[in-house]
Amino acid sequence: MSTQPESAATPLLVAEGLTVLHGQLAALRDVSISVNAGEIFAVVGANGAGKSTLLRTLAGLHRPASGVVRVDGVDITHQPTDQRVRQGVVLVPEGRRLFPSMTIEENLLVGAANGRRGEWNVERVYDLFSWMRDRRREKTSHLSGGEQQVVAIGRALVANPRVLLLDEISLGLAPVIVQRIYQTLPSIAGGDMAVLVVEQDVTQAMRVAARFQCLLEGRTTLAGRPQDHTTEEIEAAYFGFGTGLGSAVAS
Amino acid sequence: MNWINAIAQGLLLGGLYALFACGLSLLFGVVGIINLAHGDLAVLGGYVAVAILPSVHTNALWALLFVPPIFGAFGYVSQRTLLQRSLENGPLTTLLVTFGLSVVLQNALLEGFSADSHSLSIGKLATQALRINSQLSISYLRLGILVVAVVVLAGVQLLLARTSVGRQIRAVADDNEAAAISGVNTRHITGIATGIAFVTVAIAGLANGMYSQFTPTSGSSLLLFAFEAVIIGGLGSLWGTLAGGCVLGLAGTIGAQIDSTMGTLIPHLVFLAVLAVRPSGFFPARAPA
Repeated sequence: MSTQPESAATPLLVAEGLTVLHGQLAALRDVSISVNAGEIFAVVGANGAGKSTLLRTLAGLHRPASGVVRVDGVDITHQPTDQRVRQGVVLVPEGRRLFPSMTIEENLLVGAANGRRGEWNVERVYDLFSWMRDRRREKTSHLSGGEQQVVAIGRALVANPRVLLLDEISLGLAPVIVQRIYQTLPSIAGGDMAVLVVEQDVTQAMRVAARFQCLLEGRTTLAGRPQDHTTEEIEAAYFGFGTGLGSAVAS
Repeated sequence: MNWINAIAQGLLLGGLYALFACGLSLLFGVVGIINLAHGDLAVLGGYVAVAILPSVHTNALWALLFVPPIFGAFGYVSQRTLLQRSLENGPLTTLLVTFGLSVVLQNALLEGFSADSHSLSIGKLATQALRINSQLSISYLRLGILVVAVVVLAGVQLLLARTSVGRQIRAVADDNEAAAISGVNTRHITGIATGIAFVTVAIAGLANGMYSQFTPTSGSSLLLFAFEAVIIGGLGSLWGTLAGGCVLGLAGTIGAQIDSTMGTLIPHLVFLAVLAVRPSGFFPARAPA
């Protein structure tokens, strides 16, 4: 269960007791999470730990067998994905999932069409990533992986998310590109936006996150602030050895 | 009938084929439904006009004002109720459902309107023609149908390319789930796309009713020509569909010019030839999936 070091902050996104089944298999078992406004929160874990399932459940792509998801106190557990976008919960999916037959600008316009009104619009995304403006009429299928990832983030931003869910944005990208994308995160998250980052790359995630939660086989094994835990503790929670936590889950 | 005339009539006939194929192409390219009831829906459009027109006006052109909107609403509702559910069960289910719809429509029309043929009267316009010379005259009706086909295709193309709804329709076609996480209400948008496709089907059905007679079972041959136009033009490409329609029309009239018994056979042979040589059509919009 997550601890709350900054007790003054009000949680914006709260999920309680989420259990998600993929057929017979429980991808998430009784996972709770609480993310504050203006905070970058990391969910780490190995392959198959349930990180993506957690994000997809928060975005409404999976229905939990039990548990509640709330945004700003509003229960969104039974809302479909597009309605959650209007509530301000926006996912940048694993593998980017841009619309390949469309241009950069069209991708952004689709994201903006049903989003919340707010400070983010297509122009502001172009201001932040200036290369995009010159290439806005290019099909996204012609872009490099890193460029596609940035467009995918832009497509989410123009919907003016209150909670931005980033799923494995480092996947398949060169380390230097990943670093550059992560460097822009604080400037994006500034203000009231909560950013929930899911990563296999623990070091990268810990560098930007104020708080983190580690998943293993669908359960939370560790939660807290990165500076409060040693690398060994985190590694143990990540792989599930040493502390006995992992074997408890496995049994 | 000389050669120039055959070519002119073939191109004009192509307009009608393209008009038919437009809705089929849209529904397949955007919603992913192979609509086997397409031809029957067009025929239904004609019968809706037959049923309602007497209380509106004697000229069937007036049907263009009310049948397409009725079909638009019909398309939206059938997508949200029947077709969406079948889509969620996979492509085979939609094939079976639209096939079933085709059978139901044909028999319902037989029950309601008998097997007698009907046509839509547009008064004197049906017989008037633009005389270019003694060899070549162009029927205003056929010319009108070609113009309507071009306007409908251009309109759909513009709508898809330039409007917010059009972008959302393409987004859903590209990646349904990604569209949902971008805030697109995918079912609503798919319903709108189906509604648009049904509007074009209604226009095609009315054009067909003005052009020739129709019976409750004439939908099947219409479906065949629409399919062939879509395949020749390339899936998902609306202008390709127009080209495909014109190729079919030309093949028919030129074939008839060579041998009057070949007029109906040649278009299908041309279709088979294209399928053998260039299976993805002349202007495929995207790589065949």
